[in-house]
Amino acid sequence: MSTATTSEATFARGIHPPEEKHLAEGMPIEILPTPASVMIPLLQHLGAPCEACVEAKQEVAIGDKVGEATSFISSPVHASIDGKTKKATVATLPNGRHVKVIPIKAAAEQSISGQDLFDDVFGGEWPRDGLDAYEPDAISKAALEAGVVGLGGAAFPSHVKLARNEETPIEYLLINGCECEPYLTADYRLMVEVPEAIITGTLLAKHATGAKEAIIGIENNKPKAIAALRKAAEGTGVEVRSLKTKYPQGAERQLTTAMIGREVPTLGLPLQVGAVVQNVGTVAAIARAVLRGKALTHRVITVTGAGIREPKNLLVPIGVSYQELIDYCGGMTEDAARVISGGPMMGFTVGHLSAPVTKGTSGITVLTHEDVKKSEETACIRCGRCVDACPLNLVPTKIALASRAGNAEVAETYYLQACVECGCCAYACPASIPLVQLVRIGKIMLSNK
Amino acid sequence: MAEPEDRNNSEDVTEEPKAVPEEPKVVPEEPTAAPEEPKAKPKKEPVEPEGPVVGNIVAPSPHLSDTSLTTKGMMIDVLIGLAPVMVMSIVVFGWYAVIQVGLCLVTALITESIFTRMTGKPVPIGDFSAVITAVILGLSLPWSAPWYVAVIGTTVAIGIGKVVFGGLGQNIFNPAMVGRAFVMLSFARVMGSGAYVRASETIDVVTRATPMAAAKEAAGTMADLPSLWPLFLGTTNGSIGETSALACLVGGLYLCWRRSASWEIPAGVIGATILFAGFANLINLTDLSIPHHLFGGALLLGAFFIATDPVTSPLSPKGKFLFGAGIGALVVLGRIFSGYPEWVMFAVLLMNCAVPLINQWTIPRPVGGPVPQKD
Repeated sequence: MSTATTSEATFARGIHPPEEKHLAEGMPIEILPTPASVMIPLLQHLGAPCEACVEAKQEVAIGDKVGEATSFISSPVHASIDGKTKKATVATLPNGRHVKVIPIKAAAEQSISGQDLFDDVFGGEWPRDGLDAYEPDAISKAALEAGVVGLGGAAFPSHVKLARNEETPIEYLLINGCECEPYLTADYRLMVEVPEAIITGTLLAKHATGAKEAIIGIENNKPKAIAALRKAAEGTGVEVRSLKTKYPQGAERQLTTAMIGREVPTLGLPLQVGAVVQNVGTVAAIARAVLRGKALTHRVITVTGAGIREPKNLLVPIGVSYQELIDYCGGMTEDAARVISGGPMMGFTVGHLSAPVTKGTSGITVLTHEDVKKSEETACIRCGRCVDACPLNLVPTKIALASRAGNAEVAETYYLQACVECGCCAYACPASIPLVQLVRIGKIMLSNK
Repeated sequence: MAEPEDRNNSEDVTEEPKAVPEEPKVVPEEPTAAPEEPKAKPKKEPVEPEGPVVGNIVAPSPHLSDTSLTTKGMMIDVLIGLAPVMVMSIVVFGWYAVIQVGLCLVTALITESIFTRMTGKPVPIGDFSAVITAVILGLSLPWSAPWYVAVIGTTVAIGIGKVVFGGLGQNIFNPAMVGRAFVMLSFARVMGSGAYVRASETIDVVTRATPMAAAKEAAGTMADLPSLWPLFLGTTNGSIGETSALACLVGGLYLCWRRSASWEIPAGVIGATILFAGFANLINLTDLSIPHHLFGGALLLGAFFIATDPVTSPLSPKGKFLFGAGIGALVVLGRIFSGYPEWVMFAVLLMNCAVPLINQWTIPRPVGGPVPQKD
């Protein structure tokens, strides 16, 4: 299947930021020792927050539900360690939201930890046959019960995407193994170490959605991951496709265009063009939820960046604090400047290191002063580099400067709302104008109108 | 509406910093001191890298920027691209070239600092845009222009053409062309085609008329058509920097390869010139062949170095091509129908007027289509 053309598959425009994957890509997934306590946020996904279903000072075991989904677009949350709950409180997540959290103090004895935990999450047998025996609805339901959400960052509840759609039949299941954010290597390690779980999850998701084809897309800077998944996919009909290394190849819209040549409508979903996109980590979690009935209590997080002494890929319980993960990786270096939840292109700065990591936290990137150094902003000379960089074919400078001037009308003429804030324009701007940041202000301005 | 405006000058232009002041109430029982410590360290570090470091602790994404690419770098690129043209101009016109460009440079720097000071803004230091304007204006003058032509032309170019409009990035017209148009209309005698010729000079080329003027004179007779090879190399009379098509091509292609100039603009200019000159040839409107139109006069200098001024050209690739094509078409039409033998300057200025319109016409269609209207 993969010919010269498919191996070069990509989207138009975009940028090539430094990849910096070398810092952590060689580090096998390590299991974080059970922390003394975790804080489970009741909103870790896109959609409605959960309702707490435990009391304070209640004994909980790993995998016990502590928050119940309240609507269709919502997802339950579970205890990620054995222990005792404390009084619910509020934490600020790096995205700026204040969210109710359930703190859990770890019990002295944990029922599962270390290598056993890894085996429970990723190890063991991942069957490839007989998966059609599962009812499609049961797969979606299992994902809901297990609290599986998109692990690529957006954290959209997976059961919604797994449900069959009567109106628009799903033709393609696209599995996202791009990990196009610089620095991050969590998905890469997963693809190299447990490709079988990903393939099983892919087959389950394909069955659930009724997709005719399942294709895994991986940027060509990860040859080992491509090889591992190709080997695991042999005989399953799942195609593994190599894509050009370019940011934002792993963004849902760009990935859909790169892989099946269809444009996702502005403000719409891939579903509207017959595709569903799932991250590699998400399908592994779906496999675990369906086959083993286990909730999403742990995830792989890359702790990396020149500001971290020992970059690592860690299997961590949801709700552990940023501080603890940084400490476990040898702490920060002297010149560390900025802690980012996620990668440097779209990640949020962590204002407070005691904040808990959530299901959507794909990494912690600590950048140095050198990394974040920016030249002073100068006047826009209308060179059009932002236009050349924008993967959505917008004119960022017009939108941004109209937003700065408070002119919503002009910003809308240039399709302000279509922007997905990938940051290519601000990265490319020779005048160091904070283009995407101004676009965000424009959006706020528009919604306040 | 007021809020975003107020923030214009701050670097942390985002909703995020909002969350920061609220921090304390969020962590009631956590040992706040401990988590803060490692972060506080770099903040207090006095050895910050030189230059403004922007919002180091909390800042909106993206956190990386392409440091290899700056406005200044692009400007320096243009000067590098102009180097072959300057070398050729010195080869052909000797000291006259050095003096004209030198006069423009000195005047530009003085004018910019005086005019900018009058506007009450900080004087841009190390911003090479005025240097480029000066070099291009100098290169577009006749070798024989008296000193006051260069000085007045540059003063108008920088002062009226740029600073008065609001400085870098704000001007509608190419400043160098504004300056040139001013001196051309004010001092017609020393700027017209007669000024280029002086029989008594030691420099050989200036004893003959400029190729374009000669062709204009001989229109319809098919006599005296300039030969192509000298036109391509640049060993002909003309404005200082325009004579060598070869030098313009070398420098111009470098700029396009570096993407410091958008290739769409010269492609449009050259494409339209070929098309219009070819058509004019077919219906016998002009004796000049397509290569004559391309290599003669300032066409290539204009295509690669004047029309590509980003400030005064459109934003989208399609717009840039249209803009270039408009210039090419106007140059050919002007050369044929107007009284002037050379038309690049007017073509650029006219198309500059059309840029806002072109931008309006060529708003690219977003991937995924326009934003769906809510009811």
